[in-house]
Amino acid sequence: MTLDNILASLFPHGHDVVLERGLISGRGPLPDGGSVAVIGVDGRTPVGVEEAALLAGHVLDVIKPGGNEPILVLIDSDSQRMSKRDELLGLNEFLAHLAKCLILADKLGHRTIGLLYGHTAAGAFIATALATQILVALPGAEPAVMDLPSMSRVTKLSIDVLQEKAKSTPVFAPGLDNLAQTGAVAITLDTAGSLADQLQSVLSAPAEREDSRDKLGKERNGRPKAADIAERVYELARASV
Amino acid sequence: MIAVVSETSKDHDDASVSTSSWYEASARQRVEHLLDANSFNEFIGPEWRETSPHLPLFDLPEQFDDGMIVGYGRLGGKPVLVAAQEGRFMGGAFGEIHGAKLTGLLRAARDMASVPVLILFDTGGVRLQEANAGELAIAEIMRALIEARLVGVPVVGLVGGRAGCYGGGGLIAGCCSALAVSEQGRISVSGPEVIETNRGVEEFDSKDRALVWRTMGGKHRRLIGGAEVFADDTMASFRDAARYLIEHAPSMSLSTLESEQSRLAQRIERFGHCSDAVDIWRSLGAAEPENLPALHYREFAALANDLQEPRHDAR
Repeated sequence: MTLDNILASLFPHGHDVVLERGLISGRGPLPDGGSVAVIGVDGRTPVGVEEAALLAGHVLDVIKPGGNEPILVLIDSDSQRMSKRDELLGLNEFLAHLAKCLILADKLGHRTIGLLYGHTAAGAFIATALATQILVALPGAEPAVMDLPSMSRVTKLSIDVLQEKAKSTPVFAPGLDNLAQTGAVAITLDTAGSLADQLQSVLSAPAEREDSRDKLGKERNGRPKAADIAERVYELARASV
Repeated sequence: MIAVVSETSKDHDDASVSTSSWYEASARQRVEHLLDANSFNEFIGPEWRETSPHLPLFDLPEQFDDGMIVGYGRLGGKPVLVAAQEGRFMGGAFGEIHGAKLTGLLRAARDMASVPVLILFDTGGVRLQEANAGELAIAEIMRALIEARLVGVPVVGLVGGRAGCYGGGGLIAGCCSALAVSEQGRISVSGPEVIETNRGVEEFDSKDRALVWRTMGGKHRRLIGGAEVFADDTMASFRDAARYLIEHAPSMSLSTLESEQSRLAQRIERFGHCSDAVDIWRSLGAAEPENLPALHYREFAALANDLQEPRHDAR
């Protein structure tokens, strides 16, 4: 689905969401009379220092007046922008800042929902979609930590060998199914139905106060150990002090 | 203003240990010498043999601690939780077990709400053989870290290891209350090879070591405000830095993030047109910016404090 189609299905009565140099911002009405703030990245735009700062600024603008307006993060991005300039300026701080703003919004009572409808990768994925309270995706979304050719260079294994190995585990290869199995993506939406209704149903469910992605990954057999190891360390630390 | 003086620690009477290199040390040595003598208790230590369930698929050797050491100890007599990455195992990369240990530690710190956390970074980023688990681990760590900070827990990062602090490690570092970095510490999202592979050698020549150090290294990070303390490459200096930063760590709130937003926006405005770190250092007022890489620890630390006072309220 294109961004226009997604927005039309989310907000059949209109919206004021705009796209500017690959970045999405604005607001749309909800069926219950409230509104949802929308930010995001479209057209596989890479997330560099400027993009991260602009998106974080939008999030802070939603938080500042108070209230509990939800924030929808629409994602079809490249990875972080890979450049000398971005690293020179401290891209790690910018991406961390964006993630911090989204997580703070959540803690201050704003629901944060990621909607992955295209590509995303690496640092951009962490700072946007993975910093929301719940991540949903449209069929056909293509999340990747790293693409197979790059992975092939680093691991010195051919793409054929990697593809063969990927059949036995969701733990390393790109793709929506693999990321859903590891617990990153909670729900895959139905493109035949109204996105407005599906968004409303996500918003109507009580917000999870705990990060349950590791438990979801265990249930779905994508991450066999993470939840148990985190729980064991948690108990040992609590008992030690 | 920051007296990171390498006073000989009373808890470690062997002076040669205090002055030994952080960069050259293993993660276990760093933890041992950072904390008060014999105070460290590890959680799920190597005797439990919790190895990666995924590396065998790639016929790669496992390590009994999966390259991450977590536990509890004392620093200057006060309790701390500690996590240390071993850069010599898989480049310190985040895999499923490696990352989950830190997640559990930070969730405990959040719920106890009183014990500071030290993270000894030494990482190339996500472990590609378990990339999805590693990426998610980073997201889970960041959420737990921020939740801990929101209830007032100081989370201090120390960066000075062989593998640097790259990829998702750089993002986690950016979430910490404060950072200490040595000259050898590098903090960045995309590593030199990644930039060169994707954008070409004209964009970034990964073999140009001087370029790597001045773009991503500790001196530059300290000068642009990416790290609060510049540490010497010794156990004692990192120990002093850790104690100092725990005391001065800001909690996190809306106002902290508003300050960070303007701090970062000003950085783009002020240095966005610079094509090299040397240009940024000149803009900061360094008289001989091209000589900064050659300055010794004390000279540089003093100069850095003159050029840019570290802020403790904007990250």
